[in-house]
Amino acid sequence: MARVTFPFGPQHPVLPEAIQLQLTCEDERVVEVLPVVGYMHRGIEKAAERNPYSHNVFLCERICGICSFIHALCYCELVESMTKIKAPPRAKYLRTIWSELSRIHSHMLWLGLLADSFGFESLFMQCWRAREIILDTLEMTTGQRVIQSTCTIGGVRCDIDSEMKPEVHRQMKAFKKELEAIYPVFARDYTVKARLVGKGVLPKEQAWSLGTVGPVLRGSGWAYDARMLGYAAYDELEFEPVVENGCDAYARMMVRLREVVQSVELVVKALDRMPDGELAVTARRFPEGEGIIRVEQPRGELVEYARGNGTVRLERLKVRTPTFSNIPALLLMLPGCEVADVPVITLSIDPCIACTER
Amino acid sequence: MGFLARARVKSPWILHYCTGGCNGCDIEILACLTPLYDVERFGILNIGNPKHADILMITGPVNWRSRHVLRNLYEQTPDPKVVIAIGVCAATGGVFHNCYNVLGGVDKVVPVDVYVRGCAARPEAIIDGVVMALQKLEAKKSGGVSYAAGAR
Ligand code: SF4
Repeated sequence: MARVTFPFGPQHPVLPEAIQLQLTCEDERVVEVLPVVGYMHRGIEKAAERNPYSHNVFLCERICGICSFIHALCYCELVESMTKIKAPPRAKYLRTIWSELSRIHSHMLWLGLLADSFGFESLFMQCWRAREIILDTLEMTTGQRVIQSTCTIGGVRCDIDSEMKPEVHRQMKAFKKELEAIYPVFARDYTVKARLVGKGVLPKEQAWSLGTVGPVLRGSGWAYDARMLGYAAYDELEFEPVVENGCDAYARMMVRLREVVQSVELVVKALDRMPDGELAVTARRFPEGEGIIRVEQPRGELVEYARGNGTVRLERLKVRTPTFSNIPALLLMLPGCEVADVPVITLSIDPCIACTER
Repeated sequence: MGFLARARVKSPWILHYCTGGCNGCDIEILACLTPLYDVERFGILNIGNPKHADILMITGPVNWRSRHVLRNLYEQTPDPKVVIAIGVCAATGGVFHNCYNVLGGVDKVVPVDVYVRGCAARPEAIIDGVVMALQKLEAKKSGGVSYAAGAR
């Protein structure tokens, strides 16, 4: 049978970002996949060595625009551990709230794109409409829709004051109502199931041995989530990871869907328990020695490593993003599938190329 | 103005490509298409094929690899066309100005007609940019502006 090789990307309507997959097919069946990367590489890690360490917060935030707050949070917690300061308790709670809001907006965005990738246009629109409520909340509390720029070393810069608090509660209630309409469609609709169940199977053992993270790992039955480490205020919020055992694209979708519900609960809980106090402390010295930190992004575990030498510039900053760990699993899922399923399976790991290539 | 020319201005089709930014602007472009802003009611459609497009929306700083892709997309788009650079980093490189793999703004590779400011650019600003681009498109069609020749 004749083999055909053709490119999927770098410019493709279902991919908001540029990555290329070289697909080799026999008839309609994919037999080989080769990712071609480098379209989004900027060299952020090197630039981070040139900037003063406090300016890197803004650079780290722009590694990825979708989970930008969590990137900033990760960098700030890392530098805080190296300069031996501790963010005040109120800042920790605020960070948790904004992280969870980012997670909701990222997951809703992804759910919409997934619906779009199998042609369920109205569901895509519904997801993005519900997402605007979260973006409104973010804008109200931080002043920006997608790049918040509110996390700094030593704390946060904006506050959710007593006037805003009931408004956030109200927004969360409105969002929950929207979600109640969307949830059963994703969970039970015939079209959604037909396109997702049994697609892109990643068996439990392989998910672990390939080192996948985030919803891909949790969708294959492992209860592993970096939020269990208890950074920010997660240790005080009785956090339990969401796990599904289906090992396919449907299970990964369900993990994300249930995480949205869970995140709304976390936001409400954190708002209620937030202590009073100051928002930030100042670092009195430059980062020194080595530091490493893990946090949970919407796409999985983010690891950052830094080495400082007691000057204003870092010697090295290394970022390991979740999509990087999940791409090997994608290359395992694709061979054997139909060409029409390539967008769905590719999306099921929620690839973020801007993160991966930096 | 002929029928085709008029139709183009009334219903411009958009091609969106990210040359290496952070996604922030890309998701705001997508947000323009969804119910809250809904530019589709003006006939603005996001499509995947450069050969059908009238407006190129480019986000992100141009890096060494994506500049070929950008060049190709620009050349495959039929005239008359306008290019919108969305976000600060598409205009000048922005926060990535000192990254080693970044060439700078989009105008280093293809001529840009409209710059939209913001990091990330707000949907309102993007829609405003598209409206401006439409005026340019009209001017180009009536033959007032020459294009494509100035590309470096
Ligand atoms: S302008 Fe800002 S938000 Fe937009 S792509 Fe560039 S860095 Fe990201």
